[in-house]
Amino acid sequence: MRLKCPLCGDRDRREFYYYGAEDYLRRPGEGAALTAWDDYLHNRDNPAGVVKDLWYHEAGCAQWLVVTRNTVTHAVSGVDLVAERKP
Amino acid sequence: MRYSGLKVITEGLRGNTGWTPAWRDPAPKPAYDAIIIGGGGHGLSTAFYLAKNHGLTNIAVLEKSHIGSGNIGRNTTIVRANYFLPGNSEFYSHSLKLWEGMEAELNYNVMHSQRGQIVLCHSDGQRDALARRGNAMINQGDDAILLDREGVRELLPYLDFEQTRFPIYGGLLHPRGGSARHDAVAWGYARGADQRGVDLIQNCEVTGIDIENGVVTGVQTTRGAIRAKKVGIIVAGRSSQVAAMAGMRLPIESHVLQAFVTEGLKPVIHHVVSFGMGHFYISQSDKGGLVFGGDLDFYASYASRGNLPMVEHVMEAGMTLMPMIGRAKVLRSWGGIMDMTPDGSPIIDKTHIDGLFIDCGWNYGGFKAVPASGWCMAHLMATGESHEVARKFRLDRFATGHLLDEEGTGSQHNLH
Repeated sequence: MRLKCPLCGDRDRREFYYYGAEDYLRRPGEGAALTAWDDYLHNRDNPAGVVKDLWYHEAGCAQWLVVTRNTVTHAVSGVDLVAERKP
Repeated sequence: MRYSGLKVITEGLRGNTGWTPAWRDPAPKPAYDAIIIGGGGHGLSTAFYLAKNHGLTNIAVLEKSHIGSGNIGRNTTIVRANYFLPGNSEFYSHSLKLWEGMEAELNYNVMHSQRGQIVLCHSDGQRDALARRGNAMINQGDDAILLDREGVRELLPYLDFEQTRFPIYGGLLHPRGGSARHDAVAWGYARGADQRGVDLIQNCEVTGIDIENGVVTGVQTTRGAIRAKKVGIIVAGRSSQVAAMAGMRLPIESHVLQAFVTEGLKPVIHHVVSFGMGHFYISQSDKGGLVFGGDLDFYASYASRGNLPMVEHVMEAGMTLMPMIGRAKVLRSWGGIMDMTPDGSPIIDKTHIDGLFIDCGWNYGGFKAVPASGWCMAHLMATGESHEVARKFRLDRFATGHLLDEEGTGSQHNLH
């Protein structure tokens, strides 16, 4: 598998560290209920199909990326910088 | 039909004309007392123990493909009870005892071979950790022997003892550990359940779970609706999808784990051997093939096939540990879908829906758990109470903080 980093271009999968589902970007606010924290840390949709997940370009530009890909075919359809995400 | 050595001989003389199918192929009835979704190892053993231990025989196992077509037919067949944490330790200890009685209980040859499992250590710290683990195993009533370097050399003379990068300091021998014939475990439980009246319904995919006022009433399938007051979800790599039918979101992320087998060789590796540095473990099947594997591919996947970096890593680890296998040709590799929980331990619990139970999250340790998982899930479904050796496998332990993090790697799905 190769990922096309927006800054570095097409790179080998081994340059990247996988962290988990994009859910990690939706951190509950201060004083959120414990169930919200449980959901944030542990529970996942985990679909067989298209997902968005968080990768870190460890051996490249050190940017966090949101990768859109298919968990059944391993096809990658998008790689975006977390830093440029609109809230 | 009862199997025996005599039966094999007489059937051989009769041209093998007297064998009958090991289980029936029934059509689904409109209603059962209980339904098991998933005809894999855990589902079949649950059905077997529901019938045998609890007298519940009006039950059906629904399998979307054929019996044993999932992870029970694609694993590396290691059976061991070398866990450390209270909660895990008693469960796997119970499981190993069930393994030891399985062939007599099922009247089926599962080729269970207690050839000994050895985990190697490569530093002082690792040796201390193994000593501590061995003590926990002995306290649990299982067996463990701490080996020094020469002790390892005696058993595994073919390891590379010269290399300096990962020097072999010793290992922990678990004599009762070993392996078994994976398909036979599914077939044995299937046959045993069928003999006790359980309907094994193949090619029957569950498409919906019927719930009324918070109580489960049955399931929708590709072969029609089936009513039941109790439903157990035991579907390994598809846990999130089936649970979603009941509106549940599980603490699970699915990952692919690869395994490999070589061409058949004469006996060379007599134990199950685990490398303590690179994640690598190996044993030799009775057919002669070297069966080995390593780590997850590390990113969520349902592809049932892996990626090349992990293939390379596993081969490197194997060559580092035992260069003698370098000339063996790999016949095939495959990937299985693992339902990874954030702490690396499984779930056997009720759900918030009355009558709906779930057994999932086996990460990549499900094979050795097949008998005890079925035993405990059957106990839970029949009595409504957790079995004493599975009482910590709670679905809500992530919310309450009662994690069972055997590896101590933290609350992230792919780190276990």
